[in-house]
Parts: sequence; C-alpha cells; structure tokens
Amino acid sequence: MKVVDVPTSLDYRSFDPLAEQVQELGGAKTLFDTRHLRWVDPHGMLALLGAGSIVKERQGVPPLLQLPEQTDVLGYLARMGFFQWAGSIFQFDTRPPRRSGGESDVLLEITPVTTHQDVHAVVDRVQARAGAILARTLHYPPTAVVQFSVILSEVCQNIIEHAEAPGWVAAQAYNWARRLGRHVLLISVVDLGRGFRGSLSDEHAARFGDRWGDATALEAAFIHGLTRFHDSGRGQGIQQIRKQVRRWDGGISIRSGTARIADVPSWEDSPPLEDGLAPFPGAQISIILPAHEPDGGDRGP
Amino acid sequence: MVLDRIPIDVSRLVDQNVASLYSYLVTRPTGRAVRLAIESRLVETSGTALFLIDLSEVTVLDFSCADEVVAKLLLRCAGPDRPAEVFFVFRGVQDSHLGPIEVVLRRHDLAAVAETDGGGFELLGTGSEGEFRIWSEVESRGRIERDQVGALFPEEADRFALQRLAARRLVFERPDSGDYHALSRLIRLGPTRD
Repeated sequence: MKVVDVPTSLDYRSFDPLAEQVQELGGAKTLFDTRHLRWVDPHGMLALLGAGSIVKERQGVPPLLQLPEQTDVLGYLARMGFFQWAGSIFQFDTRPPRRSGGESDVLLEITPVTTHQDVHAVVDRVQARAGAILARTLHYPPTAVVQFSVILSEVCQNIIEHAEAPGWVAAQAYNWARRLGRHVLLISVVDLGRGFRGSLSDEHAARFGDRWGDATALEAAFIHGLTRFHDSGRGQGIQQIRKQVRRWDGGISIRSGTARIADVPSWEDSPPLEDGLAPFPGAQISIILPAHEPDGGDRGP
Repeated sequence: MVLDRIPIDVSRLVDQNVASLYSYLVTRPTGRAVRLAIESRLVETSGTALFLIDLSEVTVLDFSCADEVVAKLLLRCAGPDRPAEVFFVFRGVQDSHLGPIEVVLRRHDLAAVAETDGGGFELLGTGSEGEFRIWSEVESRGRIERDQVGALFPEEADRFALQRLAARRLVFERPDSGDYHALSRLIRLGPTRD
C-alpha cells in the first residue's frame, strides 16, 4: 500500500508536497495519513478532497483516510462538513465524528458547486452569516458583506463556467496571531476540471505558440482577463475580484496545472508566479482577507 | 395626471414598464433570464416607451448579472434591430450596485441613467466630459426647448454632445418639437403601470 503523508499543516502554501506525492502514486491502494495533522484551513480541506478524488478515479477504488489524532482537528473537520463529502471519496480507518447540531460558528461549510443554483445557495448562506464576522472580527464596514458575496458568487461561477466539472467552496475566519498578528478570512474554491489552460487553449493557445502552458494561461486570464468566450462582457469576474481584494489589502492566488499566480499583498512573501509545480488537475483559488485595525489606522476598505 | 403639459401623445411615450428585481441577482443565467423577461415586455411595446428597471429590492448584484441585466439589455436596444423604441432608467440603485454597473457599462462603452437610493438621478458609464456636463444641465432643467438650445449651448461641441445624448437615449428628443427632456422628468410626468 502506498502512503501519502499529509503535512502537519495543510493550507494553500503547503499543498504542493501533497500534490507531488499524488503525482507519483502508481496503481497500488493508497492511504492518506492525516494522523499528524495539526492545522488545516478551507484550502487544505478542499485540496485533500480533490487529491482523494483523483486517486479514487485513477485507481478505481477509494483510498483509505487515516484520521487526525488531535480531537480538535477532528472536530473542526466535522464542523466544516469535511466528512460529509469525504465519505464518498475515502474509506475511513475509524468512524469520523459527526457534525454537532446547533448553531455553527463556521462562515461557509464545505459546499459543492455544480450548478448556478448552488451559487445562489452560497450567497444566501453567507449573506446571513458574513456580516458579523466581517464587521466584528475583521472590522470591515457594513457594506462589505455585499462585496464579499459578489466575490464568492464570481469565484464560484468560475467553476461552472470554465471548469466544466464540479467543485467545492468553503470559507472561514481565523486568528493568524503568529503569522500576521490579526484575524483573516479565508475563501477557498477547488475544482477538478480542465483548468485554465484547458479552458483557454482552443481560443488562445495558437497566439502564444511555444510559450503556451499553465503559467501563460493563468497570466492570460488573471492579468489580461482573457476567456474562451467571444463575448466582451466575459472575463471581468476575476479582474473585479482582484481589485476588491487589493482594496482590502488581501491576497488572491490561483493554482492550475503546474503553475500558480498570485496578487501578493505587502504582508506576504510568496512569489507572484510559480511554474513547474507538481501537476494537479482543475483550479484552486485561494483568497485571504486580513482584518483591519479597529481604529481605521491601516488601509481600510 | 400631468400629461397635458406636453402636447404630444406622451402617454405612448411614457409607457412605463416596471421590472422589479428581487434579492440576489447573481450568476449569468439568472441575469440572462431577467433580461429575457424584460425583452419580452419590450416586444409587446408599441411606439416609444420608458422602461424603469427597479433594483431597489436587489441586495446583491454581481458582475455577471449586471452584464446581462444592464449592459446586454442596453446593447440589445441600441442597435438598428432593436425590438422597440425604448429608454431605460435604472431605479433604486444602491451604492453596492454602482461598482458592478459602472464596470459593465465601461466595458461595453455604454451609459445609463440611474436613480439612486437618495432619489437623485445620475449618469453612469462612459461619455465625454461634454456629454456628462450637458446631461447635468438637461437634468437640472428637466426640459430644454428647441429654440433655447442655441442660447444655452453656443458652442457647437456642446450642441453635438446634446445630440449624442439623445442618440444614446440618455435624454429624450421629442420628434415633433425638437425639445429635449430629461428622462427623470418623463418619469415624474407619466403614469406607472405594473
């Protein structure tokens, strides 16, 4: 049996080693070992679902998932709805905890996005919950909840319009005390579709010639707003998301195929473009919105 | 009823159709469905009509929907194959709508008249400095009679801007008299039919 060692911390930055292990897997039965998982964010959860899906499809049998040892991590995964969706992808080594009833503190549990109705449901859900988190935790103005909903709507539509495959979305706020000294809100969207290169190839690959690849496709969409549609009204979703995220001093990154492109905020030190990463199908969009100082001392929305 | 203040069959002009749009206007198919519903009303319209697209109940308007409900609707009615002679005013436009609407209008080099939350009217989208200035003048006056145009706008460029506004359906030029009307004035004058 092949073992995929899931890192102790799983987020958009630590995903690449996981992707490398998945790429190297052969046809043998696979075990995802999450026993030592100490920290996982929405991106890590969705990426884990994605990795498991790929292995299941490739091997024809569901991989085994060894659950985290830490009960708080287990409980958090349950609250985010991870096990609800992981159950159709993985076999569990032990019975995972159930999501407790009552009011949840989660902004947006892991939600599959397959149709436009799913996008409506996502917007409906965050409209009811995001106001308090954005205002009290992130100190954003009351109007931010609408802009936040628009971001979610556009980023989820990216799955349906371009991936032509199902995906998931999740969002939650965290206290990044050590890393940033303040709270952040994370939005993650992951799909296993054809990726940006696949979406744009028919229309744009010839123009780029030998330079065409995952990185150039990401640049074309992310920087220049190109889409596969001839409609000039298309392609503005990502552009407008980028503008709004910049206004909030946040960061956005998209990983697709073997490349990752990002708008890197001043408080982050990751490169704006990476290529030659381990291949992973579909696209992964990660948005980080940091809290503002309550007295408005920093750059506010 | 104040239609008698305009000695033309303004009742046909101010055939005010109100499309009330609710709650979350998100996703392109939703926007497309709303646009097609409005267009079906256009087809039923005879003569000249002023459509009032009411956004006051819309909580969230995303860019995809704004592209369909605002930009593509205007584009549909701008060309020679337009289904009817229509003017549009977007009502109940909230601050949160302004971003998406401005973006899609600029993307398509369009402009639209909007009544904002406060009850004032604004010209959104693209246009020359002269067009925005002349539009404000027409808006503040409500109506400019044909024989006032030369005195009010002695510069040829300003008169050209006024004609451009009429051609873009951002002000109404009465075909019989040549008077220019702010669209907001037509709303105040005419009946509303749900």
